[in-house]
Amino acid sequence: MSNFSYFPHTKEDIRTMLERIGVQSMDELYSDVPAEFVHKGEYDLPSAKSEEEVRAWFKDLAAKDTELKVFVGAGAYDHYTPSVIPYITSRSEFLTAYTPYQCEISQGTLRYIFEWQTMICNLTGMDVANASMYDGPTAAAEAMRMCVACTRKRNTVVASDRLLPNVLAVLRTYAKYSGINLVVTDDVYEAVGEGTLDLAGVIVPSINRFGIIESHLGLADMVHEAGGLLVEYCDPSALAVVKSPAEWGADIAVGDGQSLGIPLCYGGPYVGFMACRNEWMRKLPGRIVGQTADAEGRRAFVLTLQAREQHIRREKATSNICSNESLLALWCTVYLSLMGPEGMRKLNELCYAGSHYLHDALLATGKFEDPFEGREFLKEFALKPLCDVKKLQQALLDAGFFAALQTEEGYVTFCVTERRTKEEIDNLVNVIKEAAL
Amino acid sequence: MKYYDKLIFELSKPGRIGYSLPSCLLGCQPGRESEDSSNFAGSQNSPISSDPTTDVVPPLPCRGWHVPAWAAASTSAGSVWREAPLDLPEVSEPDVVRHYTNLSQMNFGVDTGFYPLGSCTMKYNPKINEEIVGQFNGIHPLQPKETTKGIQAVYDFMDKALAEITGMKHFTFLPCAGAHGELTGLMLMREYHMSRGDLARTKVIVPDSAHGTNPASAAVCGLDIVVVKSKENGLVDVEDLKPLLGPDIAGIMMTNPNTLGLFERDIKEIAELVHECGGLLYYDGANMNPLMGVVRPGDMGFDIMHLNLHKTFSTPHGGGGPGSGPVGVADKLVPLLDIPRTSGFHGNFGIILRACAYILALGRENLKMAGPLATLSANYIKESLKDCYKLPIPTVCKHEFVFDGLAEPNGVSTLDVAKRLLDYGFHAPTIYFPLLFHQAIMIEPTETESLETIDAFIEVMRVIAREAAEDSEMLHTAPHNTPIGRPDETTAARQPVLKYIRS
Repeated sequence: MSNFSYFPHTKEDIRTMLERIGVQSMDELYSDVPAEFVHKGEYDLPSAKSEEEVRAWFKDLAAKDTELKVFVGAGAYDHYTPSVIPYITSRSEFLTAYTPYQCEISQGTLRYIFEWQTMICNLTGMDVANASMYDGPTAAAEAMRMCVACTRKRNTVVASDRLLPNVLAVLRTYAKYSGINLVVTDDVYEAVGEGTLDLAGVIVPSINRFGIIESHLGLADMVHEAGGLLVEYCDPSALAVVKSPAEWGADIAVGDGQSLGIPLCYGGPYVGFMACRNEWMRKLPGRIVGQTADAEGRRAFVLTLQAREQHIRREKATSNICSNESLLALWCTVYLSLMGPEGMRKLNELCYAGSHYLHDALLATGKFEDPFEGREFLKEFALKPLCDVKKLQQALLDAGFFAALQTEEGYVTFCVTERRTKEEIDNLVNVIKEAAL
Repeated sequence: MKYYDKLIFELSKPGRIGYSLPSCLLGCQPGRESEDSSNFAGSQNSPISSDPTTDVVPPLPCRGWHVPAWAAASTSAGSVWREAPLDLPEVSEPDVVRHYTNLSQMNFGVDTGFYPLGSCTMKYNPKINEEIVGQFNGIHPLQPKETTKGIQAVYDFMDKALAEITGMKHFTFLPCAGAHGELTGLMLMREYHMSRGDLARTKVIVPDSAHGTNPASAAVCGLDIVVVKSKENGLVDVEDLKPLLGPDIAGIMMTNPNTLGLFERDIKEIAELVHECGGLLYYDGANMNPLMGVVRPGDMGFDIMHLNLHKTFSTPHGGGGPGSGPVGVADKLVPLLDIPRTSGFHGNFGIILRACAYILALGRENLKMAGPLATLSANYIKESLKDCYKLPIPTVCKHEFVFDGLAEPNGVSTLDVAKRLLDYGFHAPTIYFPLLFHQAIMIEPTETESLETIDAFIEVMRVIAREAAEDSEMLHTAPHNTPIGRPDETTAARQPVLKYIRS
């Protein structure tokens, strides 16, 4: 009956099973389905492919993509992936495991999530982190909802318009349907100072969409005085050297773990992170792993504080999220273990050096101005082009570079990670120098 | 499985490194200023090291600026640089590999053994699917479409294939999980009513047998929940539904087959009633596996649905994610499909890719066998165990069914049975769900388990029933052969320890 490598059933097996059930045919198992709903005829799908044909199908498609030297960030950063990570994460005990509800046979998953939570706390300076979220933008949206939940009856969340465009888009979506009054502004100090009556929270970027490392001096006090919570959206890789959310006085830290060695992979899967101060622990959405012991006193880890979650609280849960991006949390945990404090600092030095070198070289071409002169940046920066942007982008594409991503203001952004060599940077600058723009 | 009691932080020793980075090709070193630092951009806040060993100015191509020293506690007030030291483990590469290998050996996965896990469809994860992903790793999500033609072809193929399998018109691939798909789908439901100026539809009907995510997603989407009861036979009570319908109803969320594994045979009438009152039907795709290749939700009258690619389409669960929860809609909702922007870029492309490989490998011939074979296995287990486990609803089931504990419990709970299964090398079933039965044991085998595996599971379930009669105390303290025994979950919740603190 079946003749396919993923299905172990022989004809004899099927006969045995039908007999035990007491039916004559497989069709009889669907006797409760009204006949009009049983699909008739063939599905319009390709016929089965052998493994080698599947491989070839994707190889052909991959050849239709153009792999470019990536000089763009905007929420997805081309950092190097150490070989150890895919080796570890492809172990079937991690890869093919279910959610660790059965903790006695899931200590591997539970332990790495506990390590991930610790590392996220250490990077952000926060007290508690969850087991991870879908991605950075959804983590920001959950933080927005959490601000409303923590401040009861307050419903306005102010967000900086310097957050990444995709973060703002997801915030707007969640706010629209959950009835949160989201105010996007170019000056959060002013918006908070105006004294909006029901301020629940404020969301600001650690590094904004122009690559500028923002100063949030005095902001936390203002927000707290107005009765709200401060949320900072951060790049965890950069947190090794830039001021942490805790140092700015924030209550909640969110962001995307992608910059911790996760491949670009056309935008996913990535992993969101979320951490907060102890005070708000029981309002945190998603899974959380905690330490305890078994009857013999052995250290053990379990999913805990589950009274917040959807499978217990249903519509009263802190969120509808019921999974996390566990395997990618492992990815980042292994990455941070390998990099250590020293590696993370050196990595940022390389990014800083490369981006500043490119920044100055681009200004020297005379084809750009720096609209943010004097502001600190790390690996990403924005320039005002004095030339035709479309032509600029095309010239770069033709030369194999993905660079000069345009912002809504008409600026162009560049990003340099440790993977970009001096030669690549020089080549990119030469393309711009020589192109008739 | 052996117990291994280390955390990566406990392997740390100052000075050990596990990274491998290039040296700065620009020749810059932290803290070194170039000669004309007076006119470089961005120097105001940079901490400058006073370290005397860095007094040689290197031949900098980076004239005009320098890399900050970033030494802890060397920053000035108002600086944007981190002050607190960064506490991460300092370990070598071999330390890391051995540590995580040891951790993995305390884990159970589909490759280890059978998961009879109701509502979670833990089928075999084909290995070829893992291999193909690497070729697409270097593509940035914001690259122009003309440079991602291969990727667009994957999305187009999946849109067509899923539409064909489900009877929907088009899919959005933004949602990263099933619950995320539900949320996106409900946003589309609301968008549909809003687009027609029908603003009063703020309630959604959810059966009492529904997954907990249904009401939770509805609440996040700003909808109020109305519960419709199930009848004795486990199916939605149409008579209970009728009075709930009205001009305030946005729609109904249904799982079909439902969480008891039963096909909602009144679906045609339900669809007509809900549509008549102006509402839409949402299909929770968590239980799509038995219908794959047999019944299409679109044909049953559903307007919106999500699929769990990590369930029905074989992508690995990864210890809890990443998943993918594409949402499909009927014709009339297609113009709204791109409105809810619910994730950062294009959804979990790497997962969509694996599901695509699965569909290609199965093809139309085998795809339609997956559901029936899963259903066959579920009914086989049900019939083989109904003498020693209480079977509240004895009719034919689809891919899963529910026992209500042991036929003769002798004080042994469903939890005890589940934990004892771990000792015998099986994962536990889903327990205490659905909420309709107090001792629910929800069993779902998939089409990728052999008769021998299923027979072994049945045999162990029978052994446990015998053990319950003979030595119930031993079951209360199970499992006995796992790396840890039952942990103290109360203390974990009352005195939470949620991160490692160096002693």
